[in-house]
Amino acid sequence: MALIEFTKRGIYCKQGDFYVDPWWPVDYAVTTHGHSDHVRFGNKHYLCHTLTKPIIKRRISEDLDVETLNYGESIVRNGVNISFYPAGHIIGSAQVRLEYKGEICVISGDYKTEDDGISDVFEPVKCHSFVSESTFGLPVYKWQKQDIVFDKIKNWVNDNIPQQKTSVLIAYSLGKAQRLIKNLAGNVPIYVHNSIANLNEVIINAGVNLPETIRITPETTKDELQKGIVIVPPAMRDSRWIKNLSHPVTGICSGWMQVRAHRRWQSADAGFALSDHADWTGLMDAITTTGAEKVYVTHGFTAAFSRFLNDEGIESEEVMTKFGQEDDEENKVDLADAENTNTETENQKSV
Amino acid sequence: MKRFAKLIQQLELSNKTNDKIAALVDYFNYADDKDKIWVIALFTGKKPRRPIKSALLKYWAIEITQTPEWLFSESYSNVGDLSETIALLLPPAEQTSDFQLHKWIENLHDLEGKDDETKKNFILNAWNTLETQERFIFNKLISGNFRIGVSNKMLVNALAKQSSLDSAQIMHSIMGKWNPYEITFTELINGLHVNTDNSWPYPFCLAYALEQETEKLGDISEWQAEWKWDGIRGQIVKRNGELFIWSRGEELVTEQFPELHFLIDILPDGVVIDGEILAVQDKQVLSFSTLQQRLNRKTISKKQLEDAPIGFFVYDILEFEENDFREQPLNERRKVLERLIGGLDESAVILSPVIHCNTWEELAELRQTSRSINSEGIMLKKLSSHYHSGRKRGDWWKWKINPYTVDAVMIYAQKGSGRRANFFTDYTFAVRDGENLVTIAKAYSGLTDKEIKEVNSFVTKNAIEKFGPVRTVKPELVFEIAFEGIAESKRHKAGLALRFPRILRWRKDKKAAEINTLEDLRQLLASTM
Repeated sequence: MALIEFTKRGIYCKQGDFYVDPWWPVDYAVTTHGHSDHVRFGNKHYLCHTLTKPIIKRRISEDLDVETLNYGESIVRNGVNISFYPAGHIIGSAQVRLEYKGEICVISGDYKTEDDGISDVFEPVKCHSFVSESTFGLPVYKWQKQDIVFDKIKNWVNDNIPQQKTSVLIAYSLGKAQRLIKNLAGNVPIYVHNSIANLNEVIINAGVNLPETIRITPETTKDELQKGIVIVPPAMRDSRWIKNLSHPVTGICSGWMQVRAHRRWQSADAGFALSDHADWTGLMDAITTTGAEKVYVTHGFTAAFSRFLNDEGIESEEVMTKFGQEDDEENKVDLADAENTNTETENQKSV
Repeated sequence: MKRFAKLIQQLELSNKTNDKIAALVDYFNYADDKDKIWVIALFTGKKPRRPIKSALLKYWAIEITQTPEWLFSESYSNVGDLSETIALLLPPAEQTSDFQLHKWIENLHDLEGKDDETKKNFILNAWNTLETQERFIFNKLISGNFRIGVSNKMLVNALAKQSSLDSAQIMHSIMGKWNPYEITFTELINGLHVNTDNSWPYPFCLAYALEQETEKLGDISEWQAEWKWDGIRGQIVKRNGELFIWSRGEELVTEQFPELHFLIDILPDGVVIDGEILAVQDKQVLSFSTLQQRLNRKTISKKQLEDAPIGFFVYDILEFEENDFREQPLNERRKVLERLIGGLDESAVILSPVIHCNTWEELAELRQTSRSINSEGIMLKKLSSHYHSGRKRGDWWKWKINPYTVDAVMIYAQKGSGRRANFFTDYTFAVRDGENLVTIAKAYSGLTDKEIKEVNSFVTKNAIEKFGPVRTVKPELVFEIAFEGIAESKRHKAGLALRFPRILRWRKDKKAAEINTLEDLRQLLASTM
């Protein structure tokens, strides 16, 4: 009997009676990492990595009932052995390894195989079945080494400063922001939006070594910002606040920036292909190293990726999940804006 | 090539005209003269000859990367561009090369007539020495167009800034006939080639749509009002005993319109006139759909000549007695034009009439009658205006009548290409025909990016069927479709076709039950015949 099944509420382990990253409230939720499409409000009990605990307490609620494990540690629940291994996605992100009567299943959550300098490096785990994301599961997505990308970002900033332009980088508050901070820290001061500063505080208190940044406050001057690097979350992208900076130029750091159509669609001033998800090569390497006989493909280019695996002789199945909607959150903001704008015009008309 | 790759990247990264011009000026300051020629050629749509079919490029890329063909197609539909898909799929280059742009183009040119094996070796070697962005450009040189938002005008402004020459003169030069393999950069921008060529036209003077109240334009007596005709804008050039007809697409269309050939005996040498190619009978303008029967045909039958006779309504004169007349004010040009054409009693060449009105109100009223004479509104031209190159705000305005509109429901959606490759942006609309829905138009413009995202999410959630890239969606979203004309059509299931349909707005306030019917459109068709 398979160790996991895909139910309405999420990935369910019947033998152990618990869920992994469920999207509807359950009694016992094993949590791979702190992004909002993987950990939701309302579960009675959470099990996550030690570093994820303060993050979800901050993001969801201080009242959560959370139990933690370090990488390599395990607990047993109803006879199922649960252990965590680094997923390399963001700080505290874990692959969940389940073992029951010799049968091993690994749910990888989101992962990347490159060392980003701040998350523990992805560790392949031998298993019989493997649940993989496929966010960038097309062969056109192959990342350059992050050093090359960071050099591009640094050059961009160094070009902007003497031209009196303010360099604004758009990055998720949790994960991408800290990765940028870690790798860009140096001669140019880094200014961060409140939501990022709050998370940084939590992460530093948990014992992670993060370079110093400056929280943006109403007192921060445009002149200071112009001479630094400004990091803000995606929701701020079209904000008046950015428009009011001194000659703002925005740079988006995302794997989608690999493709011109996406860069142009985003209408940012610069796009840097920097992702916290595995590229095509990373996905293929990870999957073959696990030795899994069966691969479940979740969020991303599921159909194409799973078809390719089957053609390669690795039994695979695409699975519908509610993961991978970080991007949609951004859309929701946009839609809300659009609705507001419409109401305004309606009102003006009726006046 | 590296410099050109950087230029392309800079042009793509900015949405601001000033940044783009600055990048172009920077490029023209430092690039090799032979490269500059090619950049101008590529950006103005002069493509180098293509020695290799893009299908072969795709085939070779599939072969060396061992990508299944279906996966290549999936990738292509995500990337939205063949050259780029190939560039991204290939493994990293193992060597480097530093050929200049023109060298690559010459090398490609030399491949012409060679066997496939030689071509293949050349291409694979090239791919193995170029970085991703350079590879993309290299592939584009073979198989595509550089659509990167650089208008002729922007290019010319950059060249003018860099060379301190007059921009109109440069526009003139690059619009003429020249061969990038032969001309030098200095010859090109100084326009040494244009004066020796009889045929070259002038850049058309274009108008912006009027967005303000006519009252704000000042006194009506300072303006010349004309009908705005709905045909093909054209220029007729007569020099050294030769006659040339140019369309606005900078295409030479002399052979297509024999009705106008008699002008070779009427017009003196050194004359260029601007006007509209229209279907005309008894000096009356016929509908655009009549004109369409005559467009883009290699041969014209006797029947077509009878069914859709062509005429030229003359607007302006740009050259007279071999002198460039464009700097003369409009009222002076008009006088000369009237002397030249006004006396003709020809059905095929007619001076486009000036509308005389004493007040803006009077003109506004007259404008409402535009459709009855197959005009699409009114042109307003300042009497003191020069004949500008391209679009310039302030002197010329088009004051079109409002388009026809119909409320229709979206039934199919398809992903766009290029910038819109990952969003459903191309929609098909239907009206009601009894119990059924019948397709009447396809449109892909008119929504804001935000609305597109919203429709996109609707399509994703409400797709009923999937035919390749096309999704059938629940008929729920109602849009107001604007169009310029309506014609009978045997090819369309509805029996009629809309001209230039586009989305006017998303009618979130309307339900699918409230859309127009096919009968409504049939009545409109009957009223225009």
